[in-house]
Amino acid sequence: MGRYVVRRLLQMIPVFIGATLLIFLMVNVMGDPIAGLCGERACDPATAAQLEKEFGLDKPVWQQYLTYMGNVFTGDFGTAFNGQPVTELMATAFPVTIRLTVVAILFEIVIGITLGVVTGLRRGRPVDTGVLLTTLVVISVPTFVTGLLLQLLLGVQWGWIKPSVSPDAAFGELIVPGLVLASVSLAYVTRLTRTSIAENRRSDYVRTAIAKGLPRGRVITRHLLRNSLIPVVTFIGADIGALMGGAIVTERIFNIHGVGYQLYQGIVRQNTQTVVGFVTVLVLVFLVANLLVDLLYAVLDPRIRYA
Amino acid sequence: MRGTTHALGAVGAVAVALAATGCGGGGSSGVGGGPGVLSSSWGDPQNPLEPSNTNEVQGGKVLDMVFRGLKRYDPKTAQAKDMLAQSIETKDSQNFTIKVKGGWTFSNGEKVTARSFVDAWNYGASLKNNQKNAYFFRYIDGYDKVHPDSGSQSAEILSGLKVVDDRTFTVKLNQKFSSFPDTLGYAAFDPLPRTFFTDHSAWLSKPVGNGPYTIESYTKGSQMVLKKWDGYPGSDKAQNSGVTLKVYTDPNTAYTDLMSGNLDLTDDVPAAQLKNVKSDLGGRYINTPAGIIQTLAFPYYDPAWNKPGSEKVRTGLSMAIDRKQITDTIFRKTRTAATDWTSPVLGTAGGFKEGLCGSACDYNPSQAKKLIQEGGGLPGGQVKITYNADTGSHREWVDAVCNSINNALGNDKACVGNPVGTFADFRNQIGQHKMSGPFRAGWQMDYPLIQNFLQPLYYTNASSNDGKWSNKDFDKLVDRANAETDTAKAIPLFQQAEGVVRDNMAAIPLWYQNGTAGYSERLSHVALNPFSVPVYDEIKVG
Repeated sequence: MGRYVVRRLLQMIPVFIGATLLIFLMVNVMGDPIAGLCGERACDPATAAQLEKEFGLDKPVWQQYLTYMGNVFTGDFGTAFNGQPVTELMATAFPVTIRLTVVAILFEIVIGITLGVVTGLRRGRPVDTGVLLTTLVVISVPTFVTGLLLQLLLGVQWGWIKPSVSPDAAFGELIVPGLVLASVSLAYVTRLTRTSIAENRRSDYVRTAIAKGLPRGRVITRHLLRNSLIPVVTFIGADIGALMGGAIVTERIFNIHGVGYQLYQGIVRQNTQTVVGFVTVLVLVFLVANLLVDLLYAVLDPRIRYA
Repeated sequence: MRGTTHALGAVGAVAVALAATGCGGGGSSGVGGGPGVLSSSWGDPQNPLEPSNTNEVQGGKVLDMVFRGLKRYDPKTAQAKDMLAQSIETKDSQNFTIKVKGGWTFSNGEKVTARSFVDAWNYGASLKNNQKNAYFFRYIDGYDKVHPDSGSQSAEILSGLKVVDDRTFTVKLNQKFSSFPDTLGYAAFDPLPRTFFTDHSAWLSKPVGNGPYTIESYTKGSQMVLKKWDGYPGSDKAQNSGVTLKVYTDPNTAYTDLMSGNLDLTDDVPAAQLKNVKSDLGGRYINTPAGIIQTLAFPYYDPAWNKPGSEKVRTGLSMAIDRKQITDTIFRKTRTAATDWTSPVLGTAGGFKEGLCGSACDYNPSQAKKLIQEGGGLPGGQVKITYNADTGSHREWVDAVCNSINNALGNDKACVGNPVGTFADFRNQIGQHKMSGPFRAGWQMDYPLIQNFLQPLYYTNASSNDGKWSNKDFDKLVDRANAETDTAKAIPLFQQAEGVVRDNMAAIPLWYQNGTAGYSERLSHVALNPFSVPVYDEIKVG
């Protein structure tokens, strides 16, 4: 187990270097960051040259990358163009996005799995068909449509919520945005759980458990669900990274100042430091989430052993 | 089973960490509300909020509330009026003596003196401070020493600035510039308190100025709470008790917030909402001219656009554009078809002359076709209008302009749009002289003077003369106008220079841009100034 984790951690190193190098190069071909920094009116040549020097942009790209990575390991993610250190931006953005992601994941787990179990146990009944149809609709409607529609209905028409989230972004305010963010994944979780449950229901161990006279609830939670959740856990684990990075649309609609907002502004303003910094952290989140998912397999299914 | 417990432990630890960060983020108080306080939409300023480093409207909004300079542009007429200046005197349009009014202080109690200005201007001009508005000080003597075009600076301070006594200082310019006093309303010329220099980072996190508002709290990237400063000595005291600026990523969200009563004022009505704005807001919608003109510039470094007869081709193209139709349908009257190269906000007294462009800006397909033929046809048989596709919905109007040209010339391939992915790349290509045909050019005025609409754009080698147009007659007329001590005499000279731009069609004027805003029922006396920034101090709440 320990060796497995170490091996996985070592494997992360090349993935991490490759991913950051790629994003670094991609950001660099977007155009001259100084031009973006100066805006509609070009800076005079002297100021532009000075800024280039200050941000280290006058050096070749490989050297910029090495300096950058060197700094990252000492915890210095550089300075954004508005003069704030990128770590400061992260300190304000990540807690907000993590809260949003937690809300979304909770929705996925609670609603998604519950619906999945209910439909999986009642295959072909009206409940099943109804939920299947609903999930189909949710999957096929793009997130920004769901988001804008809910914002307009709940926020403007009925006045149940405020259409935008305040700078504090407390959990209560993030319920609707979290639901929007989770909607598509939620539908997938429902369908995955449903299929998995429906398949395992007919397996021998379930029949044995029922034959032993175990109560129905115990059969479902201890035996059926535990074995059916493996694909669902994989999906949700991979989804953590996707939700954090992919919240750009939801964060924009509800005016949440999280990771998506900072990334969007970083890209629009050609701010290499912000974009590379945030993506680097997101890459780490992805890698760690994937490792945790793999470790969770062993918890759910004792037959799986890591050496 | 050992492995199992370990894994569980790891998962548990992450869950705890998530919960901890989640809880840690909340806390501080909600939206700064309260009676008499209004909330307004905002965008995250691109640069630190230093007056000489702020060249965009979002940072400018704050500076306009927190600072007052020697002059202030009247929100309605755009005329430069004395604010902190008691007098600005000159005999030769080159040496100025400026007297500062007594009784003014910064909100921290420090007196505003001649030194507050001189230090601030020296800071802004100095190359080592990387100030984006440094070029505003380029007319002051000694600028080439503190801000050379290349290499390092050989002086720390501008030799043209001299403090005479507590409330007097002199300015020596490196050329005659009669309208120099009228430029002093721009934020770059604002005074700065000592704390700006002694504790710069603390000042940046909570700027201190001498305007009608003080900054109560500033959370970078999300909101700024401004309170009315009761001790403000000026006559334009704030009529409300405060303003809360909230950062919005998307103007559509701000508009939705306005609809639901979660926001009082948005000064950027999104294009998609313009068709609903009348039914949504009724009379609470403002659409007034701003000092912005959109043009199509040409690459004069390309011989194909800079040969005898090219001016006929350019004039022909201008006449092939149906400006009225485009401004009415695409922009829903938030733009006005241009008939000169300045802006209506200048007023006729300030040099705006409606119809100066004459027939060259009137839609006339047959004449357009004729002129282009006389001029030797389109270079390469086709014009490509280059624009950046990432912001500002430029695609729609470029396509419409091309359609109009194609229809006028009866040739489906006469004009095509040439989108460039990002704004930075677009600027890059312009800087490297890679334009092969007309390109999008917009100009937002720095100060409401006709000089500012002409000299930076069309003077030989001027800072924003991206097409590198050069014309001796134009340069001479501008020089003469700048040397003229009497503004009333200078303006006709500038207009004559504008006539040279017209006769050569140096750039095709397209339309004047308006500023738009919508506000809630709580507010009254809402207006936009010529820079399309809401005049916050005049707004009344309730």
